[in-house]
Amino acid sequence: MSGRLSAAIVGPGNIGTDLLIKLLRSETIEVHSMVGVDPASEGLARARELGVRTSADGVGWLLSRDDLPDLVFEATSARAHLANAPRYEAAGVQALDLTPAAIGPFVCPPVNLDTLADVPNLNLITCGGQATIPIVHAVSSVVPVRYAEIVASIASRSAGPGTRANIDEFTQTTARAIERVGGAGRGKAIIILNPVDPPMIMRDTVYCAIPADADTAAITASVHAMAAAVAAYVPGYALRAEPQFDEPREDWGGSARVAVFLEVRGNGDHLPPWAGNLDIMTAAAARVGEQLALRKVTS
Amino acid sequence: MTPAPAPALGGERVRITDSTLRDGSHAMAHRFTEEQVRGVVHALDGSGVEVIEVTHGDGLGGSSFNYGFSLEDELKLIAAAVDEAEHAEIAVLLLPGLGTVQDLARAHGAGASVARIATHCTEADVSLQHFAAARDLGMETVGFLMLSHRIGPAELARQARIMVDGGAQCVYVVDSAGALLLGDAQARVGALVAEIGADAQVGFHGHQNLSLGVANSVLAAQNGARQIDGALCALGAGAGNAPTEVVAATFERLGITTGVDVQGVLAAAQDVVRPFVPRLPSMDRGAITQGYAGVYSSFLLHAERAALRYGVAAHDILQRVGEAGYVGGQEDMIIDVALQLVRERDRAEAVRRR
Repeated sequence: MSGRLSAAIVGPGNIGTDLLIKLLRSETIEVHSMVGVDPASEGLARARELGVRTSADGVGWLLSRDDLPDLVFEATSARAHLANAPRYEAAGVQALDLTPAAIGPFVCPPVNLDTLADVPNLNLITCGGQATIPIVHAVSSVVPVRYAEIVASIASRSAGPGTRANIDEFTQTTARAIERVGGAGRGKAIIILNPVDPPMIMRDTVYCAIPADADTAAITASVHAMAAAVAAYVPGYALRAEPQFDEPREDWGGSARVAVFLEVRGNGDHLPPWAGNLDIMTAAAARVGEQLALRKVTS
Repeated sequence: MTPAPAPALGGERVRITDSTLRDGSHAMAHRFTEEQVRGVVHALDGSGVEVIEVTHGDGLGGSSFNYGFSLEDELKLIAAAVDEAEHAEIAVLLLPGLGTVQDLARAHGAGASVARIATHCTEADVSLQHFAAARDLGMETVGFLMLSHRIGPAELARQARIMVDGGAQCVYVVDSAGALLLGDAQARVGALVAEIGADAQVGFHGHQNLSLGVANSVLAAQNGARQIDGALCALGAGAGNAPTEVVAATFERLGITTGVDVQGVLAAAQDVVRPFVPRLPSMDRGAITQGYAGVYSSFLLHAERAALRYGVAAHDILQRVGEAGYVGGQEDMIIDVALQLVRERDRAEAVRRR
C-alpha cells in the first residue's frame, strides 16, 4: 500500500469525466481506470488523452483485474448501479454511488462521513442535497429543526435526461436526506429548472423552522462555519447574504424561520461554471474518496 | 405512445374551467376555508361550470415556506369540493419538481378527476412521468405551458407536442405574466392548434396584468382553443385572471357556446366570492409591472411582503426579477433580489455621506 487509495470510475459521461479531472489532481487518490461500455465514448477517449487506463468492456473487465481498485465511483445510472453494486461488494471494492439508486446510506462529507467510513456502499444523495443538507445540519446542531425546506434552482441545460424523466426522484430523495442526514423533523425539497441564457449559476435556498427563542447569533456562526467547511472542497460554494431571521408567525405553526441563500459556482473542470449542481456532486464524491484515503493512511 | 382522443365536446363549444379555488389561492394567501370552497363549488356547479380546479395556488404540495402554507390541508378541500359538486369534475394542478406522483395519487383518491400538469414553457419533458401516472389513474389530462410569452409560437408548439406525446389530452397556452398582447396570444394558440389539433385540444389561461385576459381569451377561442380558464371576480395571481363571469357573458354575446349560465356565475361572483375576499386583485403598479416586464403573476404578494420586510419598492423587485429571467417557483429569489436592492441602497447612501 502506497498510502494512496486506488479508484476506478465507472461511467465516462459528463459527471464521470468531471470527477476524473478532480481525482487526477488529488494527492491521496490514484486513478485506477475509467470504465464504460461504448468503445466510441468521448469520455473514454478523453480519459486516454489524460493518460488514464480505459476499458469499454464494463464492470466485468474491471472486476477481473488482478489489481482491483480500493474504490469505485459509480457515475452511470440507478439501474446500472443496482446491477453492479452486489458485484462490487462481492469483490470487496467499496462503492461511492453518484446515481439515484441509493442502495447504501446517504453521505454528506462535512456532516456524517466519519460514521460511515467502513460501509461498503455510500450514496451521494442529490446535487441539491449536497448543497443544502450541510446548512440544515448547521442549524439543527444549534436548535431543534421541526421542518426544513430547500429550493434548488439549476440551469435547464445542466439537467440531463435522467433527471428530467424522473424529477420526483430528486424531490423525494432530497427530502428524505434532509431528515436523515440534515437532522430535520420533516424535510421538503423543490427543484426548479431555469432556461435563461446565459445559463444561471446554481442557487439554493434553505428554510428552517426554528424555535421562537432561538439563539440567532449561534445559528449564524454555525452556518458560516459550515459554509467554510463545504467551500474547502467546493471552492465556488458561497452564502449570498447573511442568514435571514424572521419572527414567529401563526401560519408557521408559531415557529420562527431562518433562511439561507446559497450560490454554487462550478469549478469549470469539465463542465461549465454554471453547472454548480454537477460540480458539487463530483466534488463531494472526490472529497469522500480523499477522506477515506486519509483515514486508511492514518489507521 | 398514441394519445387517447381528446374528450368530445362537440362543434364550437368551449369548456370553461374555473380556477377561483386554485389560482385564487394566491390572492387569498392560500387561506381558503372548507366553507368557502363548498360555497364556490356549489355556485359554479349550479351554473353549469364543468371543471373546477381546487389546489394550493402553486399546485399539489405547494404548502411551504417558499409559497405560503395552506390554512387547510388541500386534500381536505379537494374532498369537500368533490362532495359538493353534483356535475362538475374537480381538477388539480401539479408542478413537477414540487408536487409528485404520490401527491397526484392522493388527490385522485380524494376524488379529483382532471390532472393539470404545469411546467415552464421550455421544460415540457419534466411532465412525462406525471402524465403517465395521471393516465394510469384514469384521470383526464391537461398540460400547462407557463410563461408562454417567453418563447415564440413554433417553439411553444414543439413543447406542446412533447406533452401530447406523453399523454396530455389538452395543452394550454398559459399567460402566467399577463404579458401576451392580443396577436401574441392568437399566434400561440394557432400554432398549437396546427401542431396538436388532430390529437388533442388547446386551451388558454389569461391574466389581467395588462387588462387583456378576456380579450386574449376571445381571440384564443376564435383561433381554435376549446378550453378557457377563468376565476370569479378575477381572483388570482397578479392583477387576477380573466374573470369567469366576464368570459361567460362575453362568449354568450359572441355566440360561443359554453353551457354556463351567465346569471348564475354573475351571482356566484357577486354574492359568494366578493363577500369573503379580503382584497380583490387590482391593476396596481406591481401587477402592471408584471405584465410589462413579463414576471410570473404569483410573485406579486411575495414581492409586496419582501418590500415591506426590507423597505424597498415591490415594483423595483418585480422589474429586477423580470430582468433576471426567473421562472415560476423561484419565489425565494424575490428575497434575494430584495437583499440586493438593500445592499445597493446602502452603498449609494454611503457614497452620498462621504
